[in-house]
Amino acid sequence: MSEHFDAIVVGAGPAGNSAAYTLARAGLKVLQIERGEYSGSKNVQGAILYSDALERIIPDFREDAPLERHVIEQRMWVLDDESYIGGTYRSADFSKPPYNRYTIIRSQFDRWFSKKVRDAGALVVCETTVLDLHMDGHRVVGVRTDRENGSVYADIVILADGVNSLLARKAGFHGELKPKDVALAVKEIHFLPEQTIEDRFNVKGTEGVVIEMAGKITQGMVGTGFLYTNKESVTIGVGCLLSDFKKSKIAPYVLLERMKAHPAIRPLLEAGEMKEYTAHLIPEGGYNAIPAVYGDGWLMVGDAGMFVNAVHREGSNLAMTTGRLAAETIIDLKARGKPMTARNLAAYRKALDESFVMKDMKKYKNVPSVMDKNRQFFTDYPHLVSHAAHTLLTVDGMDKKTKERAIRQEFTRTRSRFGLFADAFKLWRAFE
Amino acid sequence: MTSSPAQQKQAPRAAGRRVMKLDERLAGYKGVWVFVEYERGQVHPVSWELLGEGRKLADALNVELAAVLLGSPSDAIRDCCDQAIHFGADLCYLACHPTLKDYRNAPYTTVLTELVNRYCPEILLLGATTLGRDLAGSVATTLKTGLTADCTGLVIDPENRGLAATRPTFGGSLLCTIVTLNYRPQMATVRPRVMAMPVADATRTGRVVEHPVAIVEESIATKILEFIPDDRVAEAQLPFADIIVSGGRGMKRQDNFRLIHDLARVLGAEVGASRPVIQAGWVGPERQVGQSGKTVRPRLYIAAGISGAVQHRVGMDKSDVIVAINEDANAPIFDFAHYGIVGNAMTILPALTQAFTEHLKARKRAG
Amino acid sequence: MHILVCIKQVPDSAQIRVHPVTNTIMRQGVPAIVNPYDLYALEEALRLKDRYRARVTALCMGPPQAEAALRKALAFGADEAILLTDRAFAGADTLATSYALSAAIRQVHKGLPVDLVFAGKQTIDGDTAQVGPGIATRLDMQLLTYVSKIVSLDPAAREIVVHRRSEGGVQVLKTQLPALITVLEGINEMRFASLTDMLRAERHALALWSKDDAHIDDATKIGLKGSPTAVSKVFAPTPTNRRAEIIETQSGQPIDLAATLVAKLFSNRPDVALAINPSPTPDGSSL
Repeated sequence: MSEHFDAIVVGAGPAGNSAAYTLARAGLKVLQIERGEYSGSKNVQGAILYSDALERIIPDFREDAPLERHVIEQRMWVLDDESYIGGTYRSADFSKPPYNRYTIIRSQFDRWFSKKVRDAGALVVCETTVLDLHMDGHRVVGVRTDRENGSVYADIVILADGVNSLLARKAGFHGELKPKDVALAVKEIHFLPEQTIEDRFNVKGTEGVVIEMAGKITQGMVGTGFLYTNKESVTIGVGCLLSDFKKSKIAPYVLLERMKAHPAIRPLLEAGEMKEYTAHLIPEGGYNAIPAVYGDGWLMVGDAGMFVNAVHREGSNLAMTTGRLAAETIIDLKARGKPMTARNLAAYRKALDESFVMKDMKKYKNVPSVMDKNRQFFTDYPHLVSHAAHTLLTVDGMDKKTKERAIRQEFTRTRSRFGLFADAFKLWRAFE
Repeated sequence: MTSSPAQQKQAPRAAGRRVMKLDERLAGYKGVWVFVEYERGQVHPVSWELLGEGRKLADALNVELAAVLLGSPSDAIRDCCDQAIHFGADLCYLACHPTLKDYRNAPYTTVLTELVNRYCPEILLLGATTLGRDLAGSVATTLKTGLTADCTGLVIDPENRGLAATRPTFGGSLLCTIVTLNYRPQMATVRPRVMAMPVADATRTGRVVEHPVAIVEESIATKILEFIPDDRVAEAQLPFADIIVSGGRGMKRQDNFRLIHDLARVLGAEVGASRPVIQAGWVGPERQVGQSGKTVRPRLYIAAGISGAVQHRVGMDKSDVIVAINEDANAPIFDFAHYGIVGNAMTILPALTQAFTEHLKARKRAG
Repeated sequence: MHILVCIKQVPDSAQIRVHPVTNTIMRQGVPAIVNPYDLYALEEALRLKDRYRARVTALCMGPPQAEAALRKALAFGADEAILLTDRAFAGADTLATSYALSAAIRQVHKGLPVDLVFAGKQTIDGDTAQVGPGIATRLDMQLLTYVSKIVSLDPAAREIVVHRRSEGGVQVLKTQLPALITVLEGINEMRFASLTDMLRAERHALALWSKDDAHIDDATKIGLKGSPTAVSKVFAPTPTNRRAEIIETQSGQPIDLAATLVAKLFSNRPDVALAINPSPTPDGSSL
């Protein structure tokens, strides 16, 4: 006996949950299949939640979602070996509800979301791996799982099985991931008493801080570091391109260990108890790496479709939005009695193109390759910038004019004047 | 199926709020009792350990310490009454009957409940063995009183003469002290090897109070068809081993465990393991040392590839000497081991085996 | 044949941390799991179900989230699932817990007589092993704890023979139903539910029982009120102030490290060294 569903969603991360929730709310018969013990079981780290994307799916999510702190301050640091230079943006506006960004602990958040999916009427089956797609010619008609009697069928299958979407590869929807298109991020959670967090980060109540870090901490690799404050813990991590890890032969945990030992970071973690270390892949190929995201009887959402804005470190909001748009496309086709053909599902791609998802992805489409080809952003510049600040801020009898000249000379010595201009231009082109 | 974490968190406040004053009907409960586990002619050592501990409690309360022995009528069980007195008991309650020959829950529960209801002790201690936990759980229910399992510390609160029983909770990551409110007796089980073995004093004397038993075999539903003794398996040996060589997750693979066995053989030691190893099925569950396994107290404990999580630590940190081998210099085990080697267990273990072999050879030649 | 299995949802104790300052449990992100020992009990019950076409009811007392534990039991093959959940149960110690559970079992029994109750040997959060014996005593069932094997079951004669782990050996016990059995870990290997079973479990309507559904009239027997014990203090184990003497040698070679350690051990702790009594080697010679 094999059952037939309106839709099968493979994966219960933010993208899969958004799709399953939206579909079930519309009254569709939905089956969601998750590999882990429960939604979020593979995801213990902290993350950032962007309210807007979730608001469009669950408007009153603030009532019961497990949120850690709302972000009122963003710091950006460029780190040299012993120092850092940085900017801080803190606004009272960020402290007025409804808040725009929250830190979350993914395992808790995902579980909450999963409960919503169940309550909306979807069937959620965990600890079950989808091994294959059932095909009828070119059309996807169902999935085969690793359980006995493990085949189920549906009008449409939504692939939300993450960056390493085995299904997509098996089915030939996209090729092997290229190491330059994925970042490997390692994260840890350090427990600290609430009071300590408030004191160290100058926040109170549920206010929180995010620190984005670049520079020497990645040891010349393309990547960034980050630190988020949770209620009673701090998430710290660093992510670099997988291809760079391979080349540099630096073990990810070693990189994180060194970063934690940085004199600017160490005091923030002091006396904390490390709870969990995790490593995971983030698709960072950008717009140019996005594969085909729909076909006959299938759609791809979230990380599986490489929907991550690496520049702004946004993933979960893209995941949720793609999940929602996929679901809305299906609901619309269903309502109009249309079959789930590639032609009809093209509406999903159109909806993506019209949303911020593709607009942002397009905007930064050249960033990955610019970063990849211009290592000085991660090697020379941090040192130059921080050394410049050091020179300027050290009171040693040298006049400021001379100091500035010395800084200029050091910059041009390291990178030719032409190189500096070229870098600025490339960056400008990439981000503009 | 005990109180959940959230509930335990609420409890401390509750204890303060709830009246600790005893009802008059309970004020008559006097004396400390130790249930002496007597099976097949032998007393489980934990019972003697408990008599040592019970003696301290009885002295703190200025009451008598009694041993309770159940079994079939024999000279051997009478000898055990004398021994109990040598180990510190002031008196011995003895219930002898053919139906009590080997441990069965129902008749033992009946007799121990009767004894308590008749003589009213304020404290009743049992070993946290398969027998003691089985019996204690039933007797506490028939008596409708409080029972604290697996205690690691027992003291008398001088303010109210109540028993404060400390036990590990949440897999050993926390300790909690539990008190019994307006109920008597206060019951607790204590793990073997947690309390020190007292020194027997053969000059001590005491009295034996015999308790008549009126149970007919036909009324007992459970029959013992057979007893299959353990044939020198680790289960029986581990808690009493003088030397234990244990391996943890850091042994990486099951076949690496032979390095543990090699060293154990040279030292005449038992092999232990931490929970991840048991869960991975590399060795049998009877070898587990720690909160959910055995508590051990050897002279020498060698831990290879064990990080020293609290779960493991509570089962072995009373060892006389702890040697730790771990690749991670920051592993918690180095915080309570006596000697440490930072290195790969797979290379250190064979070297240790060789070094011990040579030393023992030299000792033999010398001796 | 009707078998009831008691299961509990517990925090995965391996992932629990203690707050360094307040000494309270930090539950942030600690997953709730089915008490691992209970899964052995469930599987053993399901094996009897397969063999004797028994009916299996899973019973769990806990907060509403414990539903997940029961869904798991249903997926593995339990026929019915009851979640005993009521704020009045909060703060229960083992005596109050066994009171509530046995009241619920009595109600189940009224619908369909219960022949066997299964439970794990203990939970990993409380580690008391007291609730099973408590239920058996309250329901006047034969109690068989630490069972390592079910040798035979004769439904007609209402007799069961088991191996019970005891100190120094195994008791082979025969008893009459109804009986309560707590099983040892490793007694069996848990089955893998089929997708059909998973879907059935997801769709199954759980029975949610309040204290009234369990016909508990006396509120002084349950929850905090019905608990004779109370936690007076919670604290972290005192850290020992010793720090291991780390053996170091110039070469850093394993063999030198080992030799240094052994020499130190023999000279500093001769008492411990004397405890080393190698067993004779297989060829009969000793070292």
